[in-house]
Amino acid sequence: MAKIGVYVCHCGGNISDIVDVDEVARFASKLPDVTVVRSISHMCSENGQRTIMDDIEEHNLDRVVVAACSPQFQGSTFEKTLAKAGLNPNMVEMANIREQSAWSHYGKPEDATEKAKILTSMAVERIRKKEPVERISMKIGKNALVIGGGIAGIQASLDLANAGIDVYLVEKEPTIGGHMAQLSRTFPTEDCASCILAPKMADAAEHPNVHLMTYSEILEVSGSIGNFKVRIMKKPRYVDENKCTACRECEKVCPVNVPDEFNLGMTARKAIYLPSSTAVPHAHVIDKDACLGLNPLVCGRCAEVCEADAINYDDTPLYVNLEVDTIIVTTGFDIFNAELKPQYGYGKYRNVITSLQMERIIVEMAEGRPPRPVGKDIAFIQCVGSRDAQVGNLYCSRICCMYATKLASLLKRADPSSEVYVFYTDLRAYGKGFEEYYRTAQEIGVNFIRGRPGELMEDAETKKVIIKVEDTLTRKIIERKFDLVVLSVGMIPSPGTIKIAEMLKLPRSSDGFIKEAHPKFRPVDTPVEGIFVAGTAQGPKDIPDTVAQASAAAARAMTFMNKGEFEMNPIKAVINGEMCNGCGICAEHCPVDAIQVKGVAEINPPLCKGCGACISFCPRDAIDLRIYSDDEIMAEIEAALKDKREDEKRILIFADDMCTYTLADSVGTAKREYPPNTYLIRVPSSSRVTPKMMLKTFEMGADGIFLGECEEAVSPYPNTLDVIDENIKKVRTVLSRAGIAPERVNYSPFVTVMLPKFVNTINKMVEIVNKYGNIPEEKRRKLSAVEVMQ
Amino acid sequence: MQIDEKNVNFLKKVEELSGEKITLCEQCGICTTSCPMVDEMDFTPAGIMRAVQIGDETIIESKAIWVCASCFSCTVRCPRGIDLSKVTEALRQLTLRKNVDHIDLKEVKKEKLPAIAVVSALRKFTG
Repeated sequence: MAKIGVYVCHCGGNISDIVDVDEVARFASKLPDVTVVRSISHMCSENGQRTIMDDIEEHNLDRVVVAACSPQFQGSTFEKTLAKAGLNPNMVEMANIREQSAWSHYGKPEDATEKAKILTSMAVERIRKKEPVERISMKIGKNALVIGGGIAGIQASLDLANAGIDVYLVEKEPTIGGHMAQLSRTFPTEDCASCILAPKMADAAEHPNVHLMTYSEILEVSGSIGNFKVRIMKKPRYVDENKCTACRECEKVCPVNVPDEFNLGMTARKAIYLPSSTAVPHAHVIDKDACLGLNPLVCGRCAEVCEADAINYDDTPLYVNLEVDTIIVTTGFDIFNAELKPQYGYGKYRNVITSLQMERIIVEMAEGRPPRPVGKDIAFIQCVGSRDAQVGNLYCSRICCMYATKLASLLKRADPSSEVYVFYTDLRAYGKGFEEYYRTAQEIGVNFIRGRPGELMEDAETKKVIIKVEDTLTRKIIERKFDLVVLSVGMIPSPGTIKIAEMLKLPRSSDGFIKEAHPKFRPVDTPVEGIFVAGTAQGPKDIPDTVAQASAAAARAMTFMNKGEFEMNPIKAVINGEMCNGCGICAEHCPVDAIQVKGVAEINPPLCKGCGACISFCPRDAIDLRIYSDDEIMAEIEAALKDKREDEKRILIFADDMCTYTLADSVGTAKREYPPNTYLIRVPSSSRVTPKMMLKTFEMGADGIFLGECEEAVSPYPNTLDVIDENIKKVRTVLSRAGIAPERVNYSPFVTVMLPKFVNTINKMVEIVNKYGNIPEEKRRKLSAVEVMQ
Repeated sequence: MQIDEKNVNFLKKVEELSGEKITLCEQCGICTTSCPMVDEMDFTPAGIMRAVQIGDETIIESKAIWVCASCFSCTVRCPRGIDLSKVTEALRQLTLRKNVDHIDLKEVKKEKLPAIAVVSALRKFTG
């Protein structure tokens, strides 16, 4: 038989001024298995905790209920108290009589006391069903995979490597450096981009802890934190990167000319080429699609002149299998395809180029080999592919205002007699030093005009580009010819970002970039444990923000790896192997692919996030949830509905831990009142509340059920709202058949700040229940006869 | 111009008639230079949108809303996805609903005018 100690806290008056704590204590003493009851001023104080520990020792208690504040507030305190007293920390339950009773019903002390009693009995009944839960820890090693070798990947790799982590830096291109290597200068300081990047690229290549794999693609990733299995293909380079001295003799004899992608097609390169002048590894590569067949009988001139004997036409793909503990995704961005705005004539008009092309022109100009003339009259058009519902990109790309300001300044300074215009909608100079930089550009005479041109025309003779635009500040329509028009293209997720997100099952936000686990507090975590994201794979950003995120992601990965051991969230789905017939329906519905069917369904604990969405789908009731088991929740429900008077109406609210429960606490803290005949039951996700459970709740006496769940955007679990919606529909069908109003069950998504919405929603629910009155007993009995369609 | 409830009501009225969220307009002006009729207008399309945003009722007296050919060039380019032709139509409706006849039908000579021209002249007469 269990021995339970119940402790009713006064919270220094916060509770005891409203709730009759002695009455609650008297009531608790009559509850089953309750051995000790005490009412104490501050349970969380040293003294309060000491009392619990002494009682555990003296009365041999094996379970503890603390009727006090929110478990989110002091839950971990009492878990530690139990651990100190030698009990399993799972054996404590809190009855939240402060936020959910004293504070939210302060105007009705009697009701508050009654509710506090019920909340306490719910906790007592629940703790009676609890079992000790061992924490699951896993070994975690010190190997990290960084996907993408742009500045984000380089920074993350170096930080990890310097901390003693073994890093595999995988880049699909033949050189690392990413887009930053292509840029002219960085705003607002105007540092030469490749000059500050090149040393970092070299550091990454030379660092003993960094295993650099360029020209390599990730084929497959499986497993989970501490045990990711990665399969990588190293594409054939046809040039031994260790032997090649980059003497460039091969380039001189290669007969094939193709557009150079590094210069965005404005210059030519050979079929054998050095990817860029600062390429790391500093070795040539053969473009097998352009090369005359990799057949020495056809050409073979490069091999003839290669003194280092680095060329191998028979090179084959190399497959590498790795095991890593954490992954950082730094797969970056691509520029918006300007051809999708045909009215700007990109690809059609000779003198319309993209901003990235302008970066390359400025770099090449400085080297004395301009790939094309820039002329004297130059225009920049902002927001091309950003903030544009017509192409489906509603977001601001954040960098274009400042890079256009930079390019315009560089051009104007290089040739003060030139006229440079920037056509913008809003000029956003939000970063450190940005506003000052914008001011400087205005000082040197860059013209900023507020207006977005509708379309560009080309002068048939001179090929100059005509811009017609409304100066929205004077309402005058301005027309001017330009030698060159630069489209300030925005950022989109790179194909690599999309591919890796799909492969790693990382959700993406509505803008297409990889979604972070929490927009405020876990900005570089992904919802998949052990996988982090940094840089423009997560969203448009500039270099300083990218580098900051990369270091943050490295630090987050190290937080797990340095400990050597990783403690998993103990809430996990559990399969009853005897009941399971391996139908696999649960696996289909698991939002994180944590279930595999091998004869019977098996849960992969590190992947399982413990939402419990699978439980509703199991036709054989073979799934349960640790810590939030059917038995525990049913015991709580039963207690919530016990000794209900005939005219009394009770409404059960299932509240997901992250949003709704927290929100209800905030509502209490803000002392916003809602009707007291509502009883909250904490669940990890309301998708865990099965149709069967809801119907049973009605059968046992509930007059209304409400489910709260995180809004999709902030939810730690994907797609649970769909599951809830489906479950509610099933319950409503059964209710209708039994002649019970289907509106008695409802749900709503919440975020933690929606205090008025919570109060209004609960009020509305109570109103509906009041309107329909109590459910007659015979109708409730009908429910038990119905088999729920799973 | 004094801004009060009247202005807000005008904005609401036009939003209701057009079904478009006019407050979404960010005043980029792309509609203006997409408009083939703008040279004939006394207000630019973006100017019309701004006037409605601040609730300036005098905009319904503008020539521009009648010059609008409803060609949808503005609509297909608006980065905020506003259907501007619905907005100008709503502004025209505000006048049309007053049932003001601009010509006397009896005075229309028996010249062979197409019916649409007669209707246009009657109610949409731009002066």
